[in-house]
Amino acid sequence: MYIRDTIAAIATAVGESGIGVIRVSGEQAIQIVDKIFRGKNSLSNTKTYTARYGYIYEFATEHKIDEVICLVMRSPNSFTTEDVVEISCHGGIVPIRRILHTVLEAGARLAEPGEFTKRAFLNGRIDLAQAEAIIQIINSQTEKGMEIAFQQLEGNLSRQISDLRQQMIRVMAHLEAALDFPEDEIEGFSTVELNQIIDRVIEDVQKLLKTSQSGKIYREGIKTTIIGKPNVGKSSLLNSLLREQRAIVTEIPGTTRDVIEEMINLEGIPLRLVDTAGIRETQDMVEKIGVERSKELLNKADLVLLVLDVSQNLTCEDLQIIELAKNKKVIVVINKIDLNLQIDETELRKHLPTENIVHTSVIEEQGLDNLREVILRLIFEGKVVSIDNTIITNLRHQQALEDTLNSLYRARESFQSEMPYDFVTIDLKAGLEYIGMITGETLTEDIIDQIFAEFCLGK
Amino acid sequence: MKKLVYEYPTSYDVIVVGAGHAGCEAGLAAARMGMKTLILTISIDHVAFMPCNPSLGGPAKAHIVREIDALGGEMGLNMDATTIQIRMLNTRKGPAVHALRAQADKKRYHSRMRQVLENTSNLDLKQAVVEDIVIKKGEVKGVITRTGIYFPGNKVILTTGTFLRGKVIIGEAIYESGPNFQYPANELSRKLIESGIILRRFKTGTPPRVDGLTLDFNRMEIQEGDKNLRFSFFSPEREYQDIPCWLTYTNLDTHQVIHDNIDRAPLFSGDIEGVGPRYCPSIEDKVTRFRDKERHQVFLEPEGLDTNEYYVAGLSTSLPYDVQLRYLRTITGLENVEIIRPGYAIEYDCLNPTQLKLTLETKAIRGLYTAGQVNGTSGYEEAAGQGLLAGINAVLALRGEDPLILKRSQAYIGVLIDDLVTKGTNEPYRMLTSRAEYRLILRQDNADLRLSEIGHSIGLLRDEFYQKFKTKRELIKAGQSYLDSIRVNPTTEIRETLVELNSGELQKPVNLTDIFRRPELSYDDLKRLDPNLPDFPSDVKEQLAIETKYRGYIDRQMSQIEAFRKMEEKRLSENLDYLRMENMRKEAREKLDKIKPTSLGQASRISGVSPADISVLMIYLEKGERENAQTSDKK
Repeated sequence: MYIRDTIAAIATAVGESGIGVIRVSGEQAIQIVDKIFRGKNSLSNTKTYTARYGYIYEFATEHKIDEVICLVMRSPNSFTTEDVVEISCHGGIVPIRRILHTVLEAGARLAEPGEFTKRAFLNGRIDLAQAEAIIQIINSQTEKGMEIAFQQLEGNLSRQISDLRQQMIRVMAHLEAALDFPEDEIEGFSTVELNQIIDRVIEDVQKLLKTSQSGKIYREGIKTTIIGKPNVGKSSLLNSLLREQRAIVTEIPGTTRDVIEEMINLEGIPLRLVDTAGIRETQDMVEKIGVERSKELLNKADLVLLVLDVSQNLTCEDLQIIELAKNKKVIVVINKIDLNLQIDETELRKHLPTENIVHTSVIEEQGLDNLREVILRLIFEGKVVSIDNTIITNLRHQQALEDTLNSLYRARESFQSEMPYDFVTIDLKAGLEYIGMITGETLTEDIIDQIFAEFCLGK
Repeated sequence: MKKLVYEYPTSYDVIVVGAGHAGCEAGLAAARMGMKTLILTISIDHVAFMPCNPSLGGPAKAHIVREIDALGGEMGLNMDATTIQIRMLNTRKGPAVHALRAQADKKRYHSRMRQVLENTSNLDLKQAVVEDIVIKKGEVKGVITRTGIYFPGNKVILTTGTFLRGKVIIGEAIYESGPNFQYPANELSRKLIESGIILRRFKTGTPPRVDGLTLDFNRMEIQEGDKNLRFSFFSPEREYQDIPCWLTYTNLDTHQVIHDNIDRAPLFSGDIEGVGPRYCPSIEDKVTRFRDKERHQVFLEPEGLDTNEYYVAGLSTSLPYDVQLRYLRTITGLENVEIIRPGYAIEYDCLNPTQLKLTLETKAIRGLYTAGQVNGTSGYEEAAGQGLLAGINAVLALRGEDPLILKRSQAYIGVLIDDLVTKGTNEPYRMLTSRAEYRLILRQDNADLRLSEIGHSIGLLRDEFYQKFKTKRELIKAGQSYLDSIRVNPTTEIRETLVELNSGELQKPVNLTDIFRRPELSYDDLKRLDPNLPDFPSDVKEQLAIETKYRGYIDRQMSQIEAFRKMEEKRLSENLDYLRMENMRKEAREKLDKIKPTSLGQASRISGVSPADISVLMIYLEKGERENAQTSDKK
């Protein structure tokens, strides 16, 4: 933990507000944001309390993210008394999250809970009365902090992180044992083996970074919208999924009366099912409104279950709906397979090229297992990603993993440029320290324990 | 209290109890820094005795020896004067883990150190068993010996090694004894316990010593030394007879003898209660824990020039005498071996070092310091490093100056003491390079550059050595600016030379520093690119090479150090009342109260204190400062 590195966090309430603000504070704040900001003038050439209009670009890929206004406040005239940049972007979780992410990539660290206020206090900016309040914030947030956040990542992910850490510790133990006990016989890894292991660990972290996405899923659920024209069996599908999986949450009132939202537990993964059943039927056939509502719901969805009727040819309505769902992750549910086949799947594929087609008969309870499998597969492959606003703890994990990955890249580079092993361990150790930020475990003793567990050493 | 027979007429500034590796450094440091110093030892014939291996060094340990030397200690000089074999280990690895390892003539190592002590002014060396410490109002006032003599003194440094209630175990034979069958110190423990210091039992072991004339060296692998290597930055070159070590192995027969008699091993029968070190396991431990290992290394190390005795490294044991003899004779080259002294385990009292300050002064008793094995460490080097710092800090306290606390980014000795005092230890602590965060900075080759300035400024490193160091430092600087200032242009001639040197293409003009970064080029190779290149002594060239070639990595570690610097520098008052910081987690409050860290950095390393606790602590500190400011304003 450093005292005065540069920190960043989202400063506005996360939601569908009009504007989102990302605050960056610390010695490097201006330089860091300059790395990703393009405007008429750089922020380094900007006076205090001056706003600059421009764009934020992704640090690694240089893709444009959003149109922003950056407000520069120079030390000591800022909330924290450090150099501060506030980036105002369009509201909505996606741009805010992407900008925060890229600020972190450019060199800032994600702020701890209450850290801006803490700095403001430590730098003499706010008064004594507030100190207690800050302690409360730190305590209440960190109670739930690292370890519990880690516990939340149940099952798969936490196991994977532990395995990964263990693999890295083993490599470290092998390298360190050879360094500290040069006279002992150590059956260490060969260069080839070591290369393979480092590659494998890197691959695993990359994979893990993908699945770290599903960490979000665990808490907020995958927003899954069921869509289709009337009478294709949407409600029946919802009901039978609910019945089979035993709903863990009963009816949650939707944003409007006509939307039903239910939570089901699909092998440990919460799915928030949204049935658009009400839309068309209750709107007096005012098509336009129905389409608008569907659009809105689809925009918020992580996953779309598009229900079609096997006994009917694709209609104009179907095509409209397909058009709306096209850019989302879609599973096509062809329902009513107990009836005569009419639908032209070749035609369907022309409009919606997808492999994720499931045939069901909800009434006869056929094909539901298959549907669940497809849903799970998409989630585990990381193809479905929650876009809900539970980013903070996850970003922390994600950042730690990304830092781990970068350390591993450096370790591999040292290794491949034939540096002695003690140079490889420098970055490997750094990588382990980053992973430790997720698991909250101490390092040195673990490596030493591993050395003595694995090797018979000492004279 | 022990009955007084006589009060010694001289009052000492510093009294050191024990003359092992910690005691010698502590006493020498105090005396050399100008204090009237007394060393008391149970046996004057065992000053700086090596009760275990007749050797020093290895990774991290050799680093400590160099650090002691750079500060003005004696260990390196003493070793160089009595070396009978020396090697550089890890030469195929990076410079951070290069490490000297040397065999000493055990007897000469002792006698030379004894002479140094005898010839040091301000220093008295006496034989006596200390049985009591005089403490008045929580402050130490001197010591009392078994014969009832009271030696008054202002500071007392305990370096009792494995002597406190020492118990030797050889199979079924168990008896009270110090190391190598010397007197144990049975009374002193009681005094420490009475004074509020909590003691515990640790255990360590040593292998049998055998008669070299009964060994068949023809059937073993020879291990010879390198020449011209020295621990000390300041010792002169010396001619000596290089005595080899010999390598052989245990085999399945050896292991069978041990398995057959494992019920007679005190380690397993429960006769040993003390905690032993994992890095120095007994042979019975090795064959039990690593059952599928078919052989273990056995090194035969000469104990000295004037004896045929050999130390059987790798076979530390507390098995009974007859089992020792039987398994030894299963080993290739040892078929007819005769034991001179059997291996044994020794159990002893030591204290958990979390009861100490970073100066190695006990928190319970002012003016009482402890150093070495009594603090739960193992190893001559670890002991000496602590002894040196305890001696220095006792003197600095007498002078009323700031203590010398070496940082983790500054020295292995700093890592050692910080680990001990902050984290404590559950087994005899050995230094490993993997314990250091900044391994690349804490190299054995730059210990003088890290520490000699300090050693001289406190009045310990003598002028003559300091001048030598300063010259080296200036030459390095001159070398660096020269390399930076000379341009190399990609002329045909230069490019041809590079090809001859098996080095890559040169596209554009660069300076010598840039080209020196290429791993394949040595300093002397540069001469072919620049005929005017100045020549330097080899240690200067070594520094130029390391600092240039590993610059990127060194800079990264330096910036890590810098990132933590503010935390390390934020001092914490001894008077902070952690228990009253109600908003802090209870565990953290208790841990902080127990350790009483001196800096925020140290606080952050206490196990059970989380980053969030540190945040809360920082707010309390700031609060306290502001409240103080307010009250003083009102005044």
